Amino acid sequence: MRMNNMTQNQTQAAPASKKISTYLALIVMIVMALAVVALLIAAYTYVNAATAEDQITAAAFGVIGAVALAMSVFTLFQSRRQVEQMKIDAPKVITTIECQNKGCNQKTVREFQRGDYVYKEIDVPCTKCGGKQMITGIFKEIKEKEKTYNV
Amino acid sequence: MNFISGPNTVAQAVSLPAGASISHSQLLGAGSDQITQIISLLSYVFFIVLIFYGQRIQMYVMIREVENSLHKLKHIKEEGRKTTIEAIKEIGKPTVDPTPRVDRFLEYFTIGPQGMDPAGIVYKLDHILDVRDERLKEEVKLMAPLSDEVQINNLENTLEAAMALNFIYKVVRHYYIQGKKTLSLYVIMQLQMILPMVMKEADAYSSALKAFAYGQPIGDGVGPLVVGKLMHGYEVRKLPKDCVMATVPIEGRVGIIVKAEGPGGNVGKPGDAVEAVIEENQGKIACLIMIDAGLKLEGELVGEVSEGIGAAIGGPGVDAYKIEEKLTKYKIPNYAIIVKEDIGDAVSPMRKEIHDATDKVIERIKSIIVERTKEGDKVVIVGVGNSIGVGQ
Repeated sequence: MRMNNMTQNQTQAAPASKKISTYLALIVMIVMALAVVALLIAAYTYVNAATAEDQITAAAFGVIGAVALAMSVFTLFQSRRQVEQMKIDAPKVITTIECQNKGCNQKTVREFQRGDYVYKEIDVPCTKCGGKQMITGIFKEIKEKEKTYNV
Repeated sequence: MNFISGPNTVAQAVSLPAGASISHSQLLGAGSDQITQIISLLSYVFFIVLIFYGQRIQMYVMIREVENSLHKLKHIKEEGRKTTIEAIKEIGKPTVDPTPRVDRFLEYFTIGPQGMDPAGIVYKLDHILDVRDERLKEEVKLMAPLSDEVQINNLENTLEAAMALNFIYKVVRHYYIQGKKTLSLYVIMQLQMILPMVMKEADAYSSALKAFAYGQPIGDGVGPLVVGKLMHGYEVRKLPKDCVMATVPIEGRVGIIVKAEGPGGNVGKPGDAVEAVIEENQGKIACLIMIDAGLKLEGELVGEVSEGIGAAIGGPGVDAYKIEEKLTKYKIPNYAIIVKEDIGDAVSPMRKEIHDATDKVIERIKSIIVERTKEGDKVVIVGVGNSIGVGQ
């Protein structure tokens, strides 16, 4: 039971202590609000445009609003990514156990438990032949493929 | 974008005589003219600011980047400290809170020997490293009184990783503050340039902390893993210092297999162990084969096996020196096999690719033995690296 608890603790990702700074979030929110206002003004001016001058003003407001909105969304996204990078993930480590009887070839894979080490003979007999079992490997598997460069 | 629909030119619209035209600003009145003027004024201001303050702006961007990395480093360092304290409390069951002792220990330093007269410096360094190691072990015993020998070794390694993280954070912070104080572009630039490598190392130590605390094999343990496979099931005896050996028949030769004692986190002193083995056999050794993890270059595959000659052993150089001395004295050839991995893989839990390389390494060892020695010869095979999570 104690071992199970430890295994669970070990595979949990450490919580990120840093959130997006409130100061930055406030600035982004203000800019976003201003951008939305600019876009609304642009839409209103364009719809009610009586002269070509109004149309140019609407276009100017539209561009300013769109750029400000894009920049604030980008900043927010970047900050979120930085916070994500702060997380320290403990990789999932697995233990392979093999039967020592030649010809049995029974192989079990389970999550790593504290106290496991390679070449440790374990007390639990083989479920297939009842023979002695030994830990033959402890490793982590990385699922994501490394980026390759054609050079 | 054209906001005016209808005829293409103003002249067409109002039926002006050919050649006569009216500009858009004239047609649209003063509004668009003002906008154009504001935009051109802003462009001028922008260029002037860039000319005078471009370098400073660039520096602030760099400072901001360093600051972000520094925040991450601080977070990693704090996590490391927390992991270490938790591990000590969980394993050692101390009666008093180990936090102040851990904090004091994180600031621990080692002063290297004076090198003005380099004669005998290796043994001076060896002595300093021995004292450091003993002191570390004693401190861990005091912090975690109920831990056994294996756990003490694991906790010692955990503490060392936390110390490394603390040191990295402090050095980066030092240069960051210095750069900010002096507003020197070159101080900040140097820091910003090496930061990706520093962060990679910090990430590696962060993974190492978890591995050490839980006693998981790390990438650096591939040497002990390989020789552990060869010596498993044979009688094992201790060697100086913190190493073990077993005599194993291999391809009709006598294999003397040496590794650091596991499964605790321990690299031992293979230099002393190899010296002892060679002296025990009066130098009658056909060859020495060393297996270690080797740093890969970008583009090389993790777990790739490579072969060469020389003492395949890292660290401060004391062990390599001792091994080379003995090999030269008895003219013993030295072969090396390395398993390629990067710094992150070396100190974090072992990757499957590295684990899978063990059989390939054993094949290489056998082929070296068959090709380079005669039947009945004695061959020393040393698995260099940290034996954490690897028994024998």
